[in-house]
Amino acid sequence: MSDFAASTDPTSLTKQSNFSRIALRWLLYVLLGVFALYYLMPLFVMVTTSLKSLEEIRTGSLVSLPREITFDAWATAWSGACTGIQCEGLKPFFWNSIQLAVPAVILSTLFGALNGYVIAQWQFRGANLIFSLMLFGCFIPFQVVLLPMARVLGIMGLAGTIPGLIFVHVIYGIGFTTLFFRNYYVTVPHELVKAAKVDGAGFFRTFWSIFMPLSLPIIVVTVIWQFTQIWNDFLFGVSFSQAGTQPVTVALNNIVNSTTGVKEYNVDMAAAIIAALPTLFVYVVAGKYFIRGLTAGSVKG
Amino acid sequence: MSPILEVKNLVKNYGAVEILKNINVSIESGDFLVLVGPSGCGKSTLLNCIAGLEPITGGEIHIGGRNMTDVSPKDRDIAMVFQSYALYPTMTVAKNITFGMKVRGVDKMTQAAKLAEVAKQLQIEPLLNRRPGQLSGGQRQRVAMGRALVRDPKLFLFDEPLSNIDAKLRVEMRTEIKRLHHDLGASMVYVTHDQIEAMTLATKIVVLKGGVIQQIGTPAEIYNRPENLFVADFMGSPAMNLIPAKARKNGAGTKLEIARENEVPLIFTDTAGPDLPDDVILGLRPEDIAEAGFRAGQHVQTAECLVDIVEPAGADTFVVVRLGGKEVTARLHAETQAKPGKPLQFAFDLGKVSYFAPETGQRLN
Repeated sequence: MSDFAASTDPTSLTKQSNFSRIALRWLLYVLLGVFALYYLMPLFVMVTTSLKSLEEIRTGSLVSLPREITFDAWATAWSGACTGIQCEGLKPFFWNSIQLAVPAVILSTLFGALNGYVIAQWQFRGANLIFSLMLFGCFIPFQVVLLPMARVLGIMGLAGTIPGLIFVHVIYGIGFTTLFFRNYYVTVPHELVKAAKVDGAGFFRTFWSIFMPLSLPIIVVTVIWQFTQIWNDFLFGVSFSQAGTQPVTVALNNIVNSTTGVKEYNVDMAAAIIAALPTLFVYVVAGKYFIRGLTAGSVKG
Repeated sequence: MSPILEVKNLVKNYGAVEILKNINVSIESGDFLVLVGPSGCGKSTLLNCIAGLEPITGGEIHIGGRNMTDVSPKDRDIAMVFQSYALYPTMTVAKNITFGMKVRGVDKMTQAAKLAEVAKQLQIEPLLNRRPGQLSGGQRQRVAMGRALVRDPKLFLFDEPLSNIDAKLRVEMRTEIKRLHHDLGASMVYVTHDQIEAMTLATKIVVLKGGVIQQIGTPAEIYNRPENLFVADFMGSPAMNLIPAKARKNGAGTKLEIARENEVPLIFTDTAGPDLPDDVILGLRPEDIAEAGFRAGQHVQTAECLVDIVEPAGADTFVVVRLGGKEVTARLHAETQAKPGKPLQFAFDLGKVSYFAPETGQRLN
């Protein structure tokens, strides 16, 4: 009798725990699925709306699929929508944003790398103080600096120009990029710099030949972060630009706000998606390095 | 001939903290100098000062007869091997070894020739296209040595190069470094906290503690005639037995009385010893205490002691007895009949004894 009990008990136990494990797993999947749907819903509405005609939007429901797919709204958003009195679509502004974001990302990443390298590897008096101040710079609200920055840009003769906007974004990016690179480089043993010194490599040689090749994961993190920040920025864009130098975010706002008569939701949606595409593209291309880069340093290679 | 390395009155402070106090060392060409001491004694700092990686507060450093005090590391004609190896992680082994030459603008032909020579010498030819991450600890060690060798410097500097590898490999690499030193006839400065490494490698040892040199000498001098209690205790494993004793002048010799628990005091007579104060500390290496009958000599004196612990170690058996309130270790032969709790006749070789003053810790004889 006791033998019998002993032989059945464990199996029924494992069966039960198996069942609860599977149930838990399914609950998890369902929950994750619901959240995914919840977050994807707005995107779904945007995409479907952008593919409908105005007629269909007026008569149909918000969440229904388009009866007839048309790319007219996309074409209008790209090259025909009116931003105020100008009716050239997003195209020129998209180009402005690229001219602005690419150099600003490259410069702020480069400066961040150099700063991080100096602070982490060339310990000098006050290095920690300077680092703390730079960190502090990350948390200054943008609104606070609008007026002083406008004045500085005026003095520099860069007011209302794309180089002016690049300057602003580089300055405000350096805090974060320095933080990223500094935290990455502190995990590199100091002996590497010493070995390079004995080998005769100077400050920049060591940086280029030894530290830069090490930095791919953190460069990817920084580029994604900076690109997203700069591309999506509206406040600096609207404050420090003028007609002809406005970035795409400002143009998007103008398209949505300056329609006359009937509101062209499909054009608005298409324009919004176009404006968001580059950041999405960067994340998809480099995303797997993003997580890897954020966790790099915790595990030594 | 002038010394290959001369450190004169070197002082190093970090702010108000004195790391190195008035260091004077010099070595001749071909010497193997080992800086040894407990962690935090300043030995690595001293090496970094010699390399020029740390600025010094006072004094001078001469290498190859030239004053290098204010010369940058790359112009000091040195090469250095680091504790973490400090191999450049994104470069191949070959690039790691030739990086220094590339920086100095050595032409490609010479680079390739030197690389091939060093790779052959260290037997790392099959590894040349690998990255440091793909190498084992011992292989990384070899590459780090290769990077130093290819420089063909006046002075090699080693900063605890063996402390990151496992015990068996460490002994192998130790032998290899010794062979390298012998084959090249090079001058080396080597930092370690391992006193066995110091004894086996050095032609000259500097024992450091708290930024002060405790003793400079050959391994034999350091081992047999330690200058003070710190050196006596630090060098040698098991450590030197340091037994408190009372000394009394008795005719031509000195009577040494060592207290024991629940037993009559042990009395030795040293006929050759110097004048001693009343209280002394008597230092005897474990191998200078043998089982009676196994050690003969003019100064050997026997006494019966109670055995406390017996530790067989294969080649030897270590036996612990209690003398003067201290545990005293004797190194006996492997077949000893010593049993814990039983008395045994021991032979103490007073010819090898060191005397220290208890207050100052300084050597008396």
